[in-house]
Amino acid sequence: MSRRVTMEETCTAVETFRRDTLTPLEAPPDLSVEEQLEIYRKMRLIREFDGSVKGLWKQNLIYGLAHSYICAEAIGVGACAALKPGDLITSTHRGHGHTIAKGGDPKRMMAELMGKAAGYCGGKGGSMHIAAVDMGMLGATGIVGSAMPIAVGAALTAKTLHQDNVTVCFHGDGATNQGVWHESINLAAAWHLPVIFLCENNQWAISLPYDQAVNNPEVADRAKGYGIPGVSVDGFNPFAVYTAVRDAAERARRGEGPTLIEAKFYRYVGHFVADDERYRDTACNVLWEQFDPLTRMATYLVESGIASEAWITEAGEAAEAIVAEAIEFAKAAPEPEPETLYTDMYSPGFMKAQGIEL
Amino acid sequence: MQTLTSAAGEEGGAVSVPARTMTIKQAINETLFEEMRRDPTIVILGCDVGIRGNPFGVTKGLYEEFGAERVLDTPISEAAIIGSSLGAAATGLRPIAEILFSDWITIGMDQLVNQVAKIRYMFGGTISVPLVIRAPVGAGGGQAAQHSQSFESWFSHVPGLQVVMPATPYDVKGLLRTAIRSDDPVLFFEHKRGYEIKGEVPDGEYAIPFGVADVARAGTDVTVVVVSIMRHKALAAANELSALGVECEVIDPRTIYPFDYGTVLKSVAKTHRLVVVHESNRRSGIGGEIVSQVVERAFDQLVAPPAIVAGLDVPMPYNRTLEALVIPNEARIRGAVLKVMAR
Repeated sequence: MSRRVTMEETCTAVETFRRDTLTPLEAPPDLSVEEQLEIYRKMRLIREFDGSVKGLWKQNLIYGLAHSYICAEAIGVGACAALKPGDLITSTHRGHGHTIAKGGDPKRMMAELMGKAAGYCGGKGGSMHIAAVDMGMLGATGIVGSAMPIAVGAALTAKTLHQDNVTVCFHGDGATNQGVWHESINLAAAWHLPVIFLCENNQWAISLPYDQAVNNPEVADRAKGYGIPGVSVDGFNPFAVYTAVRDAAERARRGEGPTLIEAKFYRYVGHFVADDERYRDTACNVLWEQFDPLTRMATYLVESGIASEAWITEAGEAAEAIVAEAIEFAKAAPEPEPETLYTDMYSPGFMKAQGIEL
Repeated sequence: MQTLTSAAGEEGGAVSVPARTMTIKQAINETLFEEMRRDPTIVILGCDVGIRGNPFGVTKGLYEEFGAERVLDTPISEAAIIGSSLGAAATGLRPIAEILFSDWITIGMDQLVNQVAKIRYMFGGTISVPLVIRAPVGAGGGQAAQHSQSFESWFSHVPGLQVVMPATPYDVKGLLRTAIRSDDPVLFFEHKRGYEIKGEVPDGEYAIPFGVADVARAGTDVTVVVVSIMRHKALAAANELSALGVECEVIDPRTIYPFDYGTVLKSVAKTHRLVVVHESNRRSGIGGEIVSQVVERAFDQLVAPPAIVAGLDVPMPYNRTLEALVIPNEARIRGAVLKVMAR
């Protein structure tokens, strides 16, 4: 039965997180200084990109729904840093971060958010449905949990065709209570497929806290039931995510099958652009903001002597400039032609044979 | 409780009890309060129905009054929401399940189509399923391919289900009450662009029986059958056409199954022309079924081929210009009426 979360409970949860989950930022030896700087740049770019969306939505330049990846930057970027170019990812309704982390072009992303022809999906997908197949990003989805079996299928292709790529299936804690979540992990485990199920546990399925949606909030515990490894990591720490995904990918490439990784963090911003968060006390968000992954990463880079304060500032300005350029590009980009309405519904040969046109 | 039917509502102004103006959203909310106060076996299940009070505010205040045991926030588990509602309905509760967007009913399709719809029949009438599934339908607003669909054709195709799609606060209130009191499963579809539509609602309890159409506008020249909020676009088109001397009779069936063919046939016997308007895409849609029923039963009455104005057969695109091409508008309705009149 659901109940409103109290400030006292939040304080306890924050302290439990600090004690049991939070790990210090410490780069693994296989990450070069340049790679560490690139992790920060990408995290910062996601922050700037998604930070701009709400304002653009309010100006009616972005239509429909948009869900932010803010708070989760360390997960997408940490995970994708552990992947090789041919590796694949599947995404969620919060796909902007995954796309940037996998190397997507902010211009084409912003054009998609503005429904323009130059967007990744020609303006037909929008915020919730960006796919960047050339980058190995198989697409974002508006249906919670729906990418789970798609990732399994991508891994089946790799195994069947003896390719050595792995697929990372990003999903939220909400997805873990869909039937298809269980079916997918079982299938991948039974067939030893090269897939990594990466649960971004932000602790909220819109208005329902995760510990009220389940009796055991430890997602990684579920791995035992499928006979695969289950790992729980600090989702505010890109290196922790990197290490877990790297190890899982090595295991998958050796043919040993899937891994379930739970990255624990907290969504201290609204569910989507228009969320008034009336289901919780937003004062609780502030307690979680102390773990902000951007601040932690910047502090780490400076304190370990990898980067100067000036470099951090410049990286921020560079990210702002990239996003500003993307916004200008998207604003100036043409609308899709009405004739494109039916394009891509079926393969071109079918469309021609059926005489389908506007 | 009075039972009001047909055009006794907002158009005719024949309701003698005092009336209030409210939105569809408020009409749903008020009906849920009234029915839950009356019957302690009614429970609500769904994502965000409790503390958040539903994304559109439809269930606002229910959690506070009836508590977490009767207003249940569920995990994102559509199959379990629909299936557990069925189990509860079969054993003594009257659940009202809510699916956040009707598109996601597909995740619980086995429970709905193979279980909910068939339990009474398969088990020889030994089990009743007094279950309402409420879900927002429809497009407009850039919610793209997975958040914009209307599946009334699919579900009215399944024997054992009832499908309700009202478009005014008055109809919503009367039909939701009937749905909740029905001993058989009901899909209650609310158009997400319709929640703020205002209209008059009489004080006091009333129910509108299923299978009774509302003649939203009387006319002599063309029968225009509408589904959901297409009612309002058709009425706007009818007013424009009136200036051209064409009088449309706009009929809102309000329930897709059971469907009031009697009222439609009576109208066609007068107008001899038929146009059907629905937002969901045309192919294998409810418009085809309505036309086929009318042609089969009243072929000799028609002086022109019927026309269907429907969504285009394409997944809903995100871009607003493309989206607007897909959804029927007043101009398309007007064009179809004029084409039918030209014969």
